Amino acid sequence: MSDKEIGDVILDVKNISLSFGGVKALTDISFNVKEHEIRAIIGPNGAGKSSMLNCINGVYRPQIGSITFKGQTFSHMDSHQVASMGIGRTFQNLALFKGMSVLDNIMSGRNLKIKSGIFAQALRLGPAEREEITHREQVERIIDFLEIQAYRKTPVGQLPYGLQKRVDLGRALAMEPKVLLLDEPMAGMNVEEKQDMCRFVLDVNDEFGTTVVLIEHDMGVVMDISDRVVVLDYGKKIGDGTPDEVRNNEDVISAYLGTSH
Amino acid sequence: MRTTFPQLLLQHAAQRPQASAMREKEYGIWQTLSWADLAALVQELAAGLHQAGLRRHDHMIVVGANRPRLYATMLAVQSLGAVPIPLYQDAAATECVFPINNAEVTFAFAEDQEQVDKLLEIRAQCPQLARIYYDDPRGLRKYDEPGLASLDELQAAGHAYVAQHPDFFKGEVAKIASSDVAAMFFTSGTTGNPKGVVHTHDSLLNRARAGADFDKLTSAEEVLAYLPPAWIGQNIFSYAQWLACGYVVNCPESAATASIDLKEIGPTYYFAPPRIFEGLLTSVMIRMEDAGALKRRMFHACMALAQRVGPALMDGQAVGLKDRLLYALGNVLVFGPLRNTLGFSRVRVAYTAGEAIGPDLFSFYRSIGINLKQLYGSTETAVFVCLQPDNQARADTVGVPCEGVQIKVADNGEILVKSPGLLKEYYKNPAATAEVLTADGWYHTSDAGFIDAHGHLKIIDRVKDVGRIKGGAFDGAMFAPKYVENKLKFFQHIKEVVAYGDGREKVCVFINIDFDAVGNWAERRNLPYAGYTDLAQKPEVYQLVKECVEKVNADLSNDDLLAGSQVSRFLVLHKELDADDGELTRTNKVRRGFIADKYSVLVDALYAGKSSQFIETVVKFEDGRTGSVSATLRLDDAKTFAPVKAAA
Repeated sequence: MSDKEIGDVILDVKNISLSFGGVKALTDISFNVKEHEIRAIIGPNGAGKSSMLNCINGVYRPQIGSITFKGQTFSHMDSHQVASMGIGRTFQNLALFKGMSVLDNIMSGRNLKIKSGIFAQALRLGPAEREEITHREQVERIIDFLEIQAYRKTPVGQLPYGLQKRVDLGRALAMEPKVLLLDEPMAGMNVEEKQDMCRFVLDVNDEFGTTVVLIEHDMGVVMDISDRVVVLDYGKKIGDGTPDEVRNNEDVISAYLGTSH
Repeated sequence: MRTTFPQLLLQHAAQRPQASAMREKEYGIWQTLSWADLAALVQELAAGLHQAGLRRHDHMIVVGANRPRLYATMLAVQSLGAVPIPLYQDAAATECVFPINNAEVTFAFAEDQEQVDKLLEIRAQCPQLARIYYDDPRGLRKYDEPGLASLDELQAAGHAYVAQHPDFFKGEVAKIASSDVAAMFFTSGTTGNPKGVVHTHDSLLNRARAGADFDKLTSAEEVLAYLPPAWIGQNIFSYAQWLACGYVVNCPESAATASIDLKEIGPTYYFAPPRIFEGLLTSVMIRMEDAGALKRRMFHACMALAQRVGPALMDGQAVGLKDRLLYALGNVLVFGPLRNTLGFSRVRVAYTAGEAIGPDLFSFYRSIGINLKQLYGSTETAVFVCLQPDNQARADTVGVPCEGVQIKVADNGEILVKSPGLLKEYYKNPAATAEVLTADGWYHTSDAGFIDAHGHLKIIDRVKDVGRIKGGAFDGAMFAPKYVENKLKFFQHIKEVVAYGDGREKVCVFINIDFDAVGNWAERRNLPYAGYTDLAQKPEVYQLVKECVEKVNADLSNDDLLAGSQVSRFLVLHKELDADDGELTRTNKVRRGFIADKYSVLVDALYAGKSSQFIETVVKFEDGRTGSVSATLRLDDAKTFAPVKAAA
């Protein structure tokens, strides 16, 4: 039982700057994420939201700045270590194994947790088999949680988009992350699918106590489910605070609506 | 044998404690609950409810899908001499207000967050509803509402109470008489408020036993519980007969997995309304259309053979040696695998009821070796009135009166029933009770029908719906709307039909196409469409529907009694009739009067002979919001035939 209480800072991003050649993607960005909270990153197209996530999970190396995760400070994250440290993510453009079943896709998320070697698994040796059973149990809990029991054996490529998004979330959950990075989890969904996904994100946060960092374009969704919001524009941070504070922030309003000078 | 539900539970737990009572698929595995486990669970729940204040004759609603703990709760409530009232889990919150207040319900079992939300929403209107227990805690941990608790907490409290009072449960069970009220079912009702049908342990268990004896059911049967628990049929098949016979009831993982679970369990005793059999057949046919040429030819050749000899084999009639050998080959190649795919490999007895079943549909299942039969009954009769014996199944009758039942036909054609399974009363509604249950003990079914030459009951329509044509070529002829609607619905492309004609000079109908079947039909013809409304108004679709209507007319013209019910004009509706919009009952029956009012412009346009009509309709979405759909509908004529007089 996790009575949601927002805890201490778990992820602290300090003075991050990232540029590709002459193009400055991020300039001096600092913000933090507290344990158990839902933290949204918003901003117009090209604001640097996905770049920010890519810095956090080590796909990009920022030139300046540091990232502190669970008390350890790094000048850049190592993409190979991020997952084992407890940061999971889903992708804006799905990256699932289309020909594999839902079950196998989610099972692949447990890859890092599996101890037995490839030969022990292939030969179905006792310990390897027992291990697989415990992992399967965990995967079944996720399938139950996401209400996709009816598609357990269905190849992912045959599922509608909204369900594929759910499988993607399931795979990220399979590694039991402390922090979950969601890159536009509701993009391209209809109203009903968005409502479902919101419920799943809230339930993940509530039931598993997972900290969530999400990028989202749907303002209704962001304002409804986030605890705090950070706003980027042209690679700079222009707002940070609760949904209400951000909503009334002059800079944010002008970034989204434009201002008359 | 007069007994009660909790007594039966204790008997099974004592005689065969380790035998399986119930299974539920969870986390991908079938989890089994033995009779001893179940009895222990029920005892703890009963003790918990007693401590919380549930007393004899109190009422407790149960709302949710088929889950072991839902049935355990019903047993626990009955053990205390209180009365469980199952409500439809897909009913809107406002629909629950009347039953809760009518029956002064103070306790509730809710499956999950969805059901809890619904009950909390109407709490202000039902102030006496003091306690709500939920089975699945997901999403509910932050709820802080007075009287809201999890079933786990209730069970834990009961566990402690049982430790202190080990004889409490048996003592409570011993206090219940078989003539006590066992359960109450609210009938959906096409008009007015729903009525609470009160049944005793005697009435439900007597009928459960009669049905079990009729088909020689044993404790070895396997049943899949997938229909709403609030429906009496589900209650009889997965509760009353379960306890009467001691067989295994299997609860699916979720509503969406029912067909997968059906295949895994392979039930031996199966019940489904015709629409489910129809859905299964449609899915088979669609998949066959997409299969390779060789498979398709083999399938069609075998099915032609099955149509010819299958029903005769099923009915135990003599069939030539050559045909029998061919059928055996077909069984290996097609029928066996098909039964397996459908999940019917082990079915010994399958029933359908609730609506008329199409002759083609009915004979399809019988021809591939599934012992599908029909039965007749209702909430008020605890289901079993008439049943078809093996070897005597027909599509157009509902069988012979079963043990203990007397039937007679009143002067107005209404069927009257006397049976040990009749309702005790409608709750707090003596006027309605007196209307259906006369002092001489006959229950008035309000169905019109007759007993045919073989002693089988045949149903035509509801008595109140049977009307007369007035004026025109068929002046004074009988008009049976349901009969016409059913004949049209037997076509796979037609989903719902509403027929009008009483007191008018001709019959006109509204038609709902079956989106899946017609959609697939259109795709195979490269006919593009944007959605339901667009597809429904395609001239090609009208032509398709027209052919169906004219076939029905040709068929009706052969019937002395019903030749006047031929359809002169029709239209295809722009939206699907929906229970959320009040157009269907929760059991998916059309509410003819309501639809006539709502779409009166369309009815008028049909009778005025117009060829098109604009209509705008308000629709309600599942989450309660509303929107509107508008369209200009085509109205079309159909050919009618001169009645063929039966040869003297």
